[in-house]
Amino acid sequence: MDKGLYLRRRLSAQFNLGLASASAVFGLVWLGLILWGLVYNGMKGINIDLFTLETPPPPGDEGGGMANAMVGSLIMVSIGTVVGTPIGIFAGTYLAEFGRFTRLAVVVRTLNDILLSAPSIVVGLFVYELVVKPMGHFSAFAGAISLAVIVIPVVVRTTENMLLLIPDSQREASAALGVPTSVTVRKVLWPAARAGMLTGILLAVARIAGETAPLLFTALNNQFWSFDLNQPMASMPKMIFDMALSPYKAWQQLAWSGALVVTATVLLLSIIARLLVPGTKR
Amino acid sequence: MSDDAVKIAVRNLDFFYGKNQALKAVNMPLYKNRVTAIMGPSGCGKSTLLRVLNRIYELYPEQRATGEVLMDGVNLLDPKVDINLLRAHIGMVFQKPTPFPMSIFENIAYGIRLYEKLPGTQLRERVEEALQRAALWEEVRHKLNASGLSLSGGQQQRLCIARSVATRPEVILLDEPASALDPISTAKVEETIDELKHDYTIAIVTHNLQQAARVSQHVAFMYLGELVEYGETAEVFANPQDPRTKNFITGRFG
Repeated sequence: MDKGLYLRRRLSAQFNLGLASASAVFGLVWLGLILWGLVYNGMKGINIDLFTLETPPPPGDEGGGMANAMVGSLIMVSIGTVVGTPIGIFAGTYLAEFGRFTRLAVVVRTLNDILLSAPSIVVGLFVYELVVKPMGHFSAFAGAISLAVIVIPVVVRTTENMLLLIPDSQREASAALGVPTSVTVRKVLWPAARAGMLTGILLAVARIAGETAPLLFTALNNQFWSFDLNQPMASMPKMIFDMALSPYKAWQQLAWSGALVVTATVLLLSIIARLLVPGTKR
Repeated sequence: MSDDAVKIAVRNLDFFYGKNQALKAVNMPLYKNRVTAIMGPSGCGKSTLLRVLNRIYELYPEQRATGEVLMDGVNLLDPKVDINLLRAHIGMVFQKPTPFPMSIFENIAYGIRLYEKLPGTQLRERVEEALQRAALWEEVRHKLNASGLSLSGGQQQRLCIARSVATRPEVILLDEPASALDPISTAKVEETIDELKHDYTIAIVTHNLQQAARVSQHVAFMYLGELVEYGETAEVFANPQDPRTKNFITGRFG
């Protein structure tokens, strides 16, 4: 046995392990600092007013909350999810089940991947041209549409991936009973992939809950309560953006606390999504 | 036995996976109410032959078959034949058990509901009948609502047999149904097959020689995509005509 060869390999393994660990720690440190800063600055402003009062009018009076932005986000994220999810599920199902071997599926899959990584501000501009301009004004409706456009590629991707995890033996067994593909999809494949597909939807919700760019030119913002889809509507990310840039201390505090609330919500959604995936360690 | 009615006649069947030819001019009958075993070493085309009979290969566009498969005189490979109706008439059980992610009851009722609208009591009777035929009823009668996935491997396979029987097909195709099972489960599945042949025409793919000898009345021996020998089971085992069959039966390969 060549002792030198063995020793060199062991040294190289240790070196690489050290490098990998250091990289992981490097990334985690920044994440930890960001979270710490967020919690440290945000906690100070967490109180009942934050969740019950609307945003204060300028010039930066004390008090006020972000309830109007929370409700606005809830409304637009809900509509975005309700609109985007079915389209995503059907398209993902097409890719995995009906069009798996077709050229169209290859094209759709590639385009979907591009959409998945497209900057979200592009989506905002697209919806601006498509909805805001013809309507002549900003609206919550336009905001919800642009969020839906972001939901679609995420759901398409996870739906396709989850369906492809199901072994073909299930498809063959169902087909062998004389079952048409559409019924196999509804009765066998969707139930089998349900947990994974739900995870994808939750991750999409988590993603759009924190998106600012697509709302910039669509829903804009609103200082007051509004439930009118035809009018501009407040949203958490956009409100945080505006308040953080303001010169008033009270507003900046609201921005910190709002950011903490959004982050906690997204974290919670991600944890639920992870718990739903079968076979993961809890 | 040779004057029995032919249920399915395979005529000049060629099969391709892309450019690879997997079956070469296969001709073979399947007799009504008989078990025909298809034997041969791995890769000889025996599973492929079975997968042509219910056109399950059509799920994959790069696979194609040419020739004729006549069932009661109708060419099943004719594109005009409704593929779902065809498969409702020809049941299939796979090598690995494939229960659906639903209850034991629903696993069986799933196929029935597709082609028959039955009131609840009749549906339950049909499910019980199917489970009885697959010799599984006694083991699951008290837990019909439990998931099909909760059963043992042998039970799952009998569930799959029950599922195929439930839709009342005319032909049942079995693709190495016992290869993933322990000896006791295998014995139960073989008993089930023996029972089923009174009502169905059965084709079973196996590379277990003893199993072929036990359950079948006819055997086909395949090698490298060709049908080398076909005949009555006792005759072929006692007196193989082709040297390749002889080698296989005496354990020289496979």
